[in-house]
Amino acid sequence: MATKKMAIIATKGALDMAYPPLILASTAAALGWDVQIFFTFYGLQLLRKDLSGIAISPLANPAMPMPVPMPVIVSVLPGMQAMATSMMKAKMKKKGVASLAELRDLCQEADVKFIACQMTVDLFEFEKSDFIDGVEYGGAAMFMKFAGETDVCLFI
Amino acid sequence: MNFDKEFDASGLACPLPIVKTKKSLNDMASGQVLRVVATDPGSVCDMAAFAEQTGNALLQSGEEGGKYVFFLKKA
Repeated sequence: MATKKMAIIATKGALDMAYPPLILASTAAALGWDVQIFFTFYGLQLLRKDLSGIAISPLANPAMPMPVPMPVIVSVLPGMQAMATSMMKAKMKKKGVASLAELRDLCQEADVKFIACQMTVDLFEFEKSDFIDGVEYGGAAMFMKFAGETDVCLFI
Repeated sequence: MNFDKEFDASGLACPLPIVKTKKSLNDMASGQVLRVVATDPGSVCDMAAFAEQTGNALLQSGEEGGKYVFFLKKA
């Protein structure tokens, strides 16, 4: 049986959107798949050594469950994002959901290839030293070369 | 059922039971049996899908004292 392949484009850097690429990549790798994630725009946040800045905001996020009904005007107040983020992280921990750092480590241990989009790295003026080790840098053509051979290709 | 190694995934949520089961299998020999205990209800379908896709045989899948128990034979 030929090795299956998956390519993911990770474009989002909010806490909730950071999970799907890392969950699917670590799972596919556990199934023996060959996996690459191409991180671009806000997805580059997932490659930073320090993931503590990754947050979730109740603002413009009407589907986010809140312990008490909260009018939009309250969500705008300073500190609301930090509060929502710490509540979400506490809930995740309680429910046994892995941290982003743990999932990312599991991906790297399982040889998931991480590619940072060079154009957006330059756009946001990231330094390679901002990112974890083991990241490759490339462009759209490099992604397409692998993506064209995959069984599953996702834009997240 | 006899087993060679056990992995307790109690309290862990998706995808950790599967990803860490794979890690537990890594240092086992072909034909050895791994017992996995989990509390995530999603792991029941996931473990069957994992076994089917990796060729590791799911010898038994059941419930024991409110937990899910799986026996996997390494391919």
